Amino acid sequence: MEGVLNAIADAGLTRDDIDGIAAFQIEGSAGVMEVIDEIGLNVRWFANVGIGPSQISAIFEAMMAIETGRARHVVVFHSSCEGTVRTTLGKGGSMPGSATAMPQRVSGPTEWWMPFGAPSAGNHIAMYAQRHFHLYGTTREQMAQIPIVQRRNAGLYEKSIYSTPLTMDDYLNARMITEPFCLFDCDIPIDFSCALVLSADDSTSGLRRRPLNIEATSTVLASRPSWDQFDDLTTMMLRDVGADLWKHTDLTPADVDVAQLYDGFTYIAMAWMEALGFCGKGESGPFIEGGQRISLDGELPINTNGGQLSSGRMHGWGYLPEACVQLWGDGGARQVPNDPEVAVVASGGGIFAGAMLVTRS
Amino acid sequence: MTMYRPDGPGPMRVPPELTSLNREFWTGGFDGELRIRRCNACGKWQQPAAARCRGCLSTDVTARVVSGNATVAAFTINHQHWSPTATTEPYVIAIVELAEDPDVRLTTNIVNCPPTDVRIGMPVSVVFEALADVALPLFEPAR
Repeated sequence: MEGVLNAIADAGLTRDDIDGIAAFQIEGSAGVMEVIDEIGLNVRWFANVGIGPSQISAIFEAMMAIETGRARHVVVFHSSCEGTVRTTLGKGGSMPGSATAMPQRVSGPTEWWMPFGAPSAGNHIAMYAQRHFHLYGTTREQMAQIPIVQRRNAGLYEKSIYSTPLTMDDYLNARMITEPFCLFDCDIPIDFSCALVLSADDSTSGLRRRPLNIEATSTVLASRPSWDQFDDLTTMMLRDVGADLWKHTDLTPADVDVAQLYDGFTYIAMAWMEALGFCGKGESGPFIEGGQRISLDGELPINTNGGQLSSGRMHGWGYLPEACVQLWGDGGARQVPNDPEVAVVASGGGIFAGAMLVTRS
Repeated sequence: MTMYRPDGPGPMRVPPELTSLNREFWTGGFDGELRIRRCNACGKWQQPAAARCRGCLSTDVTARVVSGNATVAAFTINHQHWSPTATTEPYVIAIVELAEDPDVRLTTNIVNCPPTDVRIGMPVSVVFEALADVALPLFEPAR
């Protein structure tokens, strides 16, 4: 509730201005009804939105509600207590794979991997990474730059979970989870809330914040939504989202000043770099080698608040707020120095994905 | 047909709910057969099992026996201990492409070889492990 109220106040609005609300609703997250009731909203449009086409589908839906005139100011939020669930309910919490939550039988998509000791998305993404290593010569030392650089960013962010520097030795000596992923290739479950206000183009006068523009979005799905039947076992759904995004703008990858790329597992951020055209297919390993290029003062700073690897698994909801902070120049110690005007936000990546370009209007 | 039996506890395994669509796939191994559904109208193989051909939309789709030969397309050596009753040893999760059509893939385990011997492109053939009333298609290095 407090997050929603803070977002409304930060925008320079009151609850009476809010005529729409949407939330990402999954098991254990808050829905719109309790927020509408508790803070006394009267809305013309509301939606609890699931996971397709990405974790931030509620934001894409809210944009469409605004575009079609259903609402002028929509507050969107996601709130989850996944961290508490997993630490209080025993190892793995309600995760598939935990003894407490183990189903007796599986059906639907999971029936094709749960019989084989592959309960985690990490198992599937690790196979994609391994194939990338095999085809393109990518190395763990290259991939390590994602958590190392992001941990440095997290050290400059007051809300990060992990802030002590991560060294290459730490990474290479870490416990393996599912090869080529070690502990530091995997994000961390946390409790969090995230809320933003989206407003119609013609309803931004008098707002407290300088309005930012959502320049383009993409949510295309051009192959099979399946871990093992997808046509290219190195790319996933993000491949088509990344390519399609540029069809809706005159901007090009070279115009992007800061990138917030989904990093539930390190390799997904690398796959996004290729999908969005920051480097060629198969070239993300050399692209991030040494880490300078993706650092705060590099040509493509990524995940400037530490990302999900160091600041926690916000189910894809942390990237857009961090893009806004950077475009507003409010990043403080972690602010990128290039006076950013264009940010890319990429959520999900595997069997669901969505991306957007955000600009200073 | 000899069923594969692991030496000790294997990976965490949750059996599938059997349905009219998937029963032949999940039980064919008791007869030593890997059965994949194929469209009788256009010849396209179907995986996962579906009532309708995703190529031509025909509903004339029936299970056929395939060779059980496949190639490793991707794999990971899993180290994470997902369940207290599962093995603590590393094991291989793989995606294999069937010889009949490389676009038909199965997520599976590679068994009967050290995990570190598994390579992308490696030829493998099917073996079955019983789990309750299903026979899991696993793969081992081709002989």
